[in-house]
Amino acid sequence: MSRETIFNAVLALGLLLFPLWAYVADEPFMITLATRVAILALAGVGLNIALGLGGLVSLGHAAFFGIGGYAMGILAHHAQSYTPLMEVPFLIEGTKSMPVIWLVALAASALAALVIGALSLRTSGVYFIMITLAFGQMLFYFAISWPAYGGEDGLSIYVRNSFPGLNTLDPIQFFLIAYVILAAALMFAAMLAKSPFGLALNAARQTAERVETIGITPYRLRLTAFVISGAITGLAGALFADLNRFVSPSMFSWQTSGEIMIFIILGGVARLFGPVAGAALFIALEHVLGGLSEFWHIYLGLLLLAVVLYARGGIIGTLAGREVAHD
Amino acid sequence: MTEPVLSVRNVSRKFGALIASNNVSLDLRPGEIHALIGPNGAGKSTLIKQIAGGLRPDSGEVHFLGRDVTALSTVQRARMGLGRTFQISALAMEDTVLQNAMLGALGAGRRPYRFFRPVLKDRDLREVAETALDRVGLLDHAAIRTSDLSHGQRRQLEVAVALTLKPRAFIMDEPMAGLGASGSKRLTGFLDELRHEAPILLVEHDMDAVFALADRISVLVYGEVIATGTVEDIRNHAEVRRAYLGEDA
Ligand SMILES: Nc1ncnc2c1ncn2[C@@H]1O[C@H](COP(=O)(O)OP(=O)(O)OP(=O)(O)O)[C@@H](O)[C@H]1O
Ligand SMILES: [Mg+2]
Repeated sequence: MSRETIFNAVLALGLLLFPLWAYVADEPFMITLATRVAILALAGVGLNIALGLGGLVSLGHAAFFGIGGYAMGILAHHAQSYTPLMEVPFLIEGTKSMPVIWLVALAASALAALVIGALSLRTSGVYFIMITLAFGQMLFYFAISWPAYGGEDGLSIYVRNSFPGLNTLDPIQFFLIAYVILAAALMFAAMLAKSPFGLALNAARQTAERVETIGITPYRLRLTAFVISGAITGLAGALFADLNRFVSPSMFSWQTSGEIMIFIILGGVARLFGPVAGAALFIALEHVLGGLSEFWHIYLGLLLLAVVLYARGGIIGTLAGREVAHD
Repeated sequence: MTEPVLSVRNVSRKFGALIASNNVSLDLRPGEIHALIGPNGAGKSTLIKQIAGGLRPDSGEVHFLGRDVTALSTVQRARMGLGRTFQISALAMEDTVLQNAMLGALGAGRRPYRFFRPVLKDRDLREVAETALDRVGLLDHAAIRTSDLSHGQRRQLEVAVALTLKPRAFIMDEPMAGLGASGSKRLTGFLDELRHEAPILLVEHDMDAVFALADRISVLVYGEVIATGTVEDIRNHAEVRRAYLGEDA
């Protein structure tokens, strides 16, 4: 087993044992923190497929996170107010069922990623960063100016949505839902990286010309990756909104895009567990330093600077060393 | 006479005031090695880009397998069976040698949109890749990271990736560069056989290799073909000797 595999296993186990300890110790807030880590890590796993594997520096993933959040907010809002979403041309009602909400969040954010990606991926480098940022901002202002769904104030959901057979109001049960989804996404991401598609996408990041020369179109590979990436981040958005029982335009903000990217950079770009390590560190810092000073982002900035200057591989790169070439 | 597999017809291309291709015409016949020689900066790589699809000519046409491909993309030309190697290696440096070869096999198989099974467990692709690596003598290095290869070995890998495509024509930009004496000798022997699988347009500075291999040679100087002919023709061509072989005629 490589050091990275061992580190990943420790991380996965730690993220599971910490809330279980909190449950036994009756510290529900700690369970909520762990749930935040799992959900934000999930958002990062999504971005990492575009960023790590595809080399697509998207500064607009808040778009998908927000769409997932609003998918949850809008469906639950209609369900709790007993008003239909629409009546013509056919009736669509709200829902409080998590699985249904997840599917809608996945589909809506995948569709948005298809449109945003199809346009943005015609550019590259700094233009790509700017265009994705612009799309995120467009959705941010759109959400602010949409009074039907709370506008600037956002939407509150009174009771957490339901999952068959579980009591989602129990923090540990909701944590386990998020944890299982994160685990599934990690397994999918691991599989993707080793798949034929992953090989081609990763090659297109390194040398697009080569990929064309063997008869594969890099644009299509990247668009596919972008859609998968956006859908996973969208699912995380739906869970995040459910955790807070609240959704607001801030989910669409460029700070949110930045934070998702920070998880990856802190944890290690293109490392499978990079987003998990990064989100865990981020939440831990926010909790510890945030308690000491409201300007804790200064320390985050310093840490980020140190990682970028001295530890490019992030936490995982530093602890587990250079990635071994695949067998 | 048989139809040429590839023909370049009156291709011109300027970069600002620089004429990189000046009304170039040449063709590649079945079973032949056609060497393209010329001093540094003559426009050999620029011509190859126009043949392979990375660069559009200002005027003129490129025909491949009887079809005008001038307006087709690199991807479309590759799918038709144009196998190209790069002068400056275009390989996935972070990946292993085997992965690079498998990428070629994946492109040839036209099914990259598979998400679930590990590509390295795909026996068919792996066999294509390993056969190609074996043919260029790189199979022992299959598990090595490509960035750890020597420059010469990267050229060999370039050739191996092109082999996985089973192309209808090879376009090779200086495959011998950096190989060393024994490496070039080996590759010369290999290309000698390879021409029977598909003809080769060979850009090469190694004149021993060119004279040993070429059925025909075209000489490019300042973007212009100043001579085309057999090895004997070119050896005895006064203008070529003056302009390129550096002799006082
Ligand atoms: N994209 C470009 N823009 C401007 N000038 C270019 C471009 N590509 C090539 N050139 C110029 O065109 C000329 C021909 O270059 P090319 O690379 O085709 O030469 P070459 O014959 O392959 O040389 P070498 O033997 O050194 O590989 C050179 O003067 C080069 O500087
Ligand atoms: Mg050249």
